[in-house]
Amino acid sequence: MTTPGVDDAVQEKPEKEPVTERRLHPITPLRRAWAPVAVVIGWAVHDPDQTQRQLTRLTTTTLLIALAVVVPAAALYGFLTWWFTHFAVTDTELRIRTGLLFRRTAHIRLERIQAIDVTQPLLARVAGVAKLRLDVVGTDKKDELAFLGEREARALRAELLARAAGFAPETAHEVGEAPARELLHTPPRDLALSLVLTGATWGSLVAALVVPPLLWMATHSVWTVLATALPLLGAAGASSVGRFVSEYDWTVGESPDGLRIDHGLLDRSHETVPPGRVQTVRIVEPLLWRRRGWVRVELDVAGSSNSVLVPVAPREVAEAVVARVLPGVTVPPLSALVRPPRRAGRCVPVWWRGYGLAVTDSVFAARQGLLRRTLALVPHAKVQSVRLTQGPWERLWRVADVHVDTGANKTVTARLRDAQEAAELLKAQAERSRTGRKGARPDRWMV
Amino acid sequence: METGSGQNTEVAGDEPVWTGLPPGLLRMRRLLLVVWLGLLAVAMGLLLGLLCGPAWAAFALLPLALICWGWVMIGRNWRSWRYAERADDLLISRGVLWREETVVPYGRMQLVEVTSGPVERHFGLASVQLHTAAAATDAAIPGLDPAEAERLRDRLTELGEARSAGL
Repeated sequence: MTTPGVDDAVQEKPEKEPVTERRLHPITPLRRAWAPVAVVIGWAVHDPDQTQRQLTRLTTTTLLIALAVVVPAAALYGFLTWWFTHFAVTDTELRIRTGLLFRRTAHIRLERIQAIDVTQPLLARVAGVAKLRLDVVGTDKKDELAFLGEREARALRAELLARAAGFAPETAHEVGEAPARELLHTPPRDLALSLVLTGATWGSLVAALVVPPLLWMATHSVWTVLATALPLLGAAGASSVGRFVSEYDWTVGESPDGLRIDHGLLDRSHETVPPGRVQTVRIVEPLLWRRRGWVRVELDVAGSSNSVLVPVAPREVAEAVVARVLPGVTVPPLSALVRPPRRAGRCVPVWWRGYGLAVTDSVFAARQGLLRRTLALVPHAKVQSVRLTQGPWERLWRVADVHVDTGANKTVTARLRDAQEAAELLKAQAERSRTGRKGARPDRWMV
Repeated sequence: METGSGQNTEVAGDEPVWTGLPPGLLRMRRLLLVVWLGLLAVAMGLLLGLLCGPAWAAFALLPLALICWGWVMIGRNWRSWRYAERADDLLISRGVLWREETVVPYGRMQLVEVTSGPVERHFGLASVQLHTAAAATDAAIPGLDPAEAERLRDRLTELGEARSAGL
């Protein structure tokens, strides 16, 4: 009985699953052409004296010969890596086959997708191509598809999402892009002002302006000053201009495929997070933003590198977005957060006032920080394990910490709770995390 | 201290049935302690006695004192380790000064590992390590009897499959 069945399956497979392999966009080899140039520049920066000596020795002919060898070699390498990279979409997987000497095949299961990113660096925008990356727990940088044609990337994203959502494979092609509804858009003015009101921006700027002159006075060595000034300036630029450029035109949208986050002034990036993938949400309120009632919202998705949901928004708007991202969750108001008992001040003086905890039917919410307040929310369904820890000093004052671990490798801690309360919390939270799962949506969200 | 709070949880409701660790781990750790520090004490005593004079050899008493202290500490630490298999989750409690209690629902287990190093094997011991999707989950039970470790592994895997919930 079993043998014919197995035979059937074996015979059926090739005709049922005509896996068509595709190549990346033909412009891809060009990005590899950067590699030798970058190596030479890196060497020159690393050892400037040596470079100068070598340069004086070089003649025009040797330079030309070197160019004649290096450029075609780089081009050939780029072409071959492109030629040997294939990808294919099957009913359940995205397969990426790559490697010139060391073959590497990645099969990424579609129902395990945590997020899909389509990013376009500035040059890629000029060339009309985009990178597509699937965030699955355990994927690395090599598993991105760089580059695809812009339209092709969008179509592929729509198809991958449709298949991951559980649409029938035959119709997955035609489902197309799900319509999106805009939830929030950050005006450039607010973004600029929020950066001006951030302490880290000023801290890095002041450091970049003060430290190099002081060093110059102390050492009178150009190289020392340059070696410290350049990284400092870089950090200052990244934390002010860099953040503005990357968070410019921040748009959060909602679609049946999940959350859409689009942002960037020069490099555009479009992220899609399917429903039920968000592990934790953090609402951060820096000191200087408090008067304006602004907050920043960060999120954690397993395997995804982006951690910002809303760079800056009024509290009510941000809370409305959080309610859409974590369905059925209302952000507990400040009054609902319970502080640790007074004696916690013996363990953490002054700052103990910043700690707070609220547990509702759907989330575990822990607050920390006095000046820069952070409220972390974990839906009960996303809790992987619960831990209670207590050091000797905490035991003396009968307080304990409760840690809640989530799948995005983030731990949310309710610090310095009363020991009895913490023990009960541990039990109750384990129970809630087990039962909280029952109401959760399936991995294939359209089934 | 730690037994007191343990009794509290037992009184509170569906009392977990705690299991301690078998004495093998205690024996192994104490033996290792005595062997290494004993060797150190002898080496110190001989070297100092021969090179600097017999009065200096008294420094060899230091490792001996450490042995006494470590003997007691290892005993306390060993007694503090215990675990309980409940209907839906596994409880692990440990630590004397720094107490830690971990609850892992069976449905969240991604992987159960049984490991046994050469020294552990010689003493007939094995450790069970649980992994969930969160790397911070630090759930390991050391020094189990290999048969018990395998039973635990099989039971946890079975329960994990039945209640699987993933990310």
